[in-house]
Amino acid sequence: MTGISTTEQLSATTLLRFATAGSVDDGKSTLVGRLLHDSKSVLTDQLEAVTQASLGRGQEAPDLALLTDGLRAEREQGITIDVAYRYFATARRRFILADTPGHVQYTRNMVTGASTAELAVVLVDARNGVVEQTRRHAAVAALLRVPHVVLAVNKMDLVEYAEPVFAAIAEEFTAYAASLGVPEITAIPISALAGDNVVEPSADMDWYGGPTVLEHLETVPVSHDLTGCHARFPVQYVIRPQTAEHPDYRGYAGQIAAGVFRVGESVTVLPSGRTTTIAGIDALGESVDIAWAPQSVTVRLADDIDVSRGDLLAPTDDAPAVTRDVGATVCHVADQPLSVGQRVLLKHTTRTVKAIVKDIPSRLTLDDLSQHPAPGRLVANDIGRVVVRTAEPLALDAYADSRRTGSFLLIDPADGTTLSAGMAGASFAEVALPGAGGGPANDDAEWDF
Amino acid sequence: MSTVTTVPEGTVNPYALSHLDSLESEAVHIFREVAGEFERPVILFSGGKDSILMLHLALKAFAPAPVPFALLHVDTGHNFPEVLEYRDRTVEKYGLRLLVASVQEYIDAGKLRERPDGTRNPLQTVPLTEAIQRHRFDAVFGGGRRDEEKARAKERVFSLRDEFSQWDPRRQRPELWQLYNGRHAAGEHVRVFPISNWTELDVWQYIERESIELPEIYFAHEREVFNRNGMWLTAGEWGGPKEHERTETRQVRYRTVGDMSCTGAVDSDATTLDSVITEIAASRLTERGATRADDKMSEAAMEDRKREGYF
Repeated sequence: MTGISTTEQLSATTLLRFATAGSVDDGKSTLVGRLLHDSKSVLTDQLEAVTQASLGRGQEAPDLALLTDGLRAEREQGITIDVAYRYFATARRRFILADTPGHVQYTRNMVTGASTAELAVVLVDARNGVVEQTRRHAAVAALLRVPHVVLAVNKMDLVEYAEPVFAAIAEEFTAYAASLGVPEITAIPISALAGDNVVEPSADMDWYGGPTVLEHLETVPVSHDLTGCHARFPVQYVIRPQTAEHPDYRGYAGQIAAGVFRVGESVTVLPSGRTTTIAGIDALGESVDIAWAPQSVTVRLADDIDVSRGDLLAPTDDAPAVTRDVGATVCHVADQPLSVGQRVLLKHTTRTVKAIVKDIPSRLTLDDLSQHPAPGRLVANDIGRVVVRTAEPLALDAYADSRRTGSFLLIDPADGTTLSAGMAGASFAEVALPGAGGGPANDDAEWDF
Repeated sequence: MSTVTTVPEGTVNPYALSHLDSLESEAVHIFREVAGEFERPVILFSGGKDSILMLHLALKAFAPAPVPFALLHVDTGHNFPEVLEYRDRTVEKYGLRLLVASVQEYIDAGKLRERPDGTRNPLQTVPLTEAIQRHRFDAVFGGGRRDEEKARAKERVFSLRDEFSQWDPRRQRPELWQLYNGRHAAGEHVRVFPISNWTELDVWQYIERESIELPEIYFAHEREVFNRNGMWLTAGEWGGPKEHERTETRQVRYRTVGDMSCTGAVDSDATTLDSVITEIAASRLTERGATRADDKMSEAAMEDRKREGYF
């Protein structure tokens, strides 16, 4: 057989995970509804169900927000309570959208959505410009190190599609986000209600020469060049068939967290520090010479050394230091507080260890990035610096270097509640200065607190 | 300073994963997390395409070792014979252990009462939750996808259930990065959805790519059906057609496989995977909207069933 079928072509497309952030009245639901609707991702029966429900509530037109509000309580109250994930596709790319509620009290939801996102769309009402909430969203995107940020200046129809209005907002936002270290910012003037520049280019803004929101989502690079990343492989599970066919097979299963691994490479097992060589890599049934993040593979080692779940394999010449003292920024996501002296569990990659909260040096106000020293505890939706001492050493990277091996959870050992989302090292990226080389994340960085 | 740099636009990135590879890698990661963290996991297996896909992913995740989980089938008693045959053949082929929780047995024992509408899907909840308690399963894999239904769109990949198997959407743990929190108290369990992020089309494309065998009812074939509430149901001993309902022979296929009493067929010419995918890509109906009666009962039907312990 020659040629490539339609199906193969479709499956060769890439996947973009992105998150939306916006205040209640910025039109986020309308934008999401518009993206789904205009990309023809809303199917007839879904639209019918929404139309029926809208009529039942006495509304004349179908309320597209009902497409996204999945819970009884959300529909009753007309608000979005929780993160929902939506799926849509174009010929060029598949999308997973983390639809996060914009309420101030739901910072944890934006953190949840942003943690897996490669792009964040921050919505601004063109009439109001950059407000506190906008700065908060930019700060969360910067804190979580979302690689791409889109500023969608919405409701352009209500400011007569005026370029100077857009330009002023874009400039103010870009300056602020760049100061936090957001690496790439794209500003797009839109009207979600009228459909301007969401999927179709606007006829009323011929002064704008950039992409529509969808076009940008379709073309933004999703995979990063991994050759420059520190290679990291957290061991998830040991595969030992002990069958007649495979009496001696011993493989270490896991998902490559960052970088590239090659057969023949010298690797160090952490935290033990033992060194060996990669004898083989099995990529889900196929033997390969090279594998990279985020592939799930099974690694075989040349020497029969003690390796188990929770260990980390790293190139011998590029292994992280192990530590029991973790300095990090956390977003507190539980209703019960986090206090100095509290005993917790810390889950880092595939390893869960006992830990104690030694100090909470500061709490951050996202509105103006001001810090409040020694708050004693953090409550739901607080973001703060913590110092945690662990019972066993961890091979931890700075979050700035790896979102995967620099992140962790704090868990309540009593009831298993996820207490906090942690990011090791400095909070915000330093802005790259011309000529400045890369270096380890600096805890005393200007934007740290 | 981040060492992550983006590839300039217009160049081909040799390290980019296709969307199917990304989804596969994520699902395998989830299977292995559960194997590493739980004592007694089980895979819910109905013989439908989503559970067949899950089994395929589990086989790949642990190869060359066998899948370290048993299968649990909640048998409504109104299953398609082709699906049961497929189930048994698959279990045999991979040397798996199959447990069956039977709705019919519960009805015969007087522990469940047949509904007036004859639908048995909601009746699965009790046999399912009791089987989980009896076998003390602490992780239960389900093939639920978030694109299926709006309540499912809100569910986590790791979904904690209490001792009554209940889901409380307001008390879900935030799920951050790929750090799944599986902590639970004795008696509680976690429902795990490795294919949460797959869409119907992804499932079909992956099935084609991996040449996964499916029960024949997924492909167009001639079948005796009758129309009830706008759906083509298969005539059979389960209770259809009724006197006023007329049977006819149509060329149909199924998009989902569930209880015969509430799973409808769609008119179709698609006899191959390629043509099924073409039909689905062009369809203006969701698979549940097209063929599942149980979701049409009310706006919150799925949410309500899930709260009670349904998967």
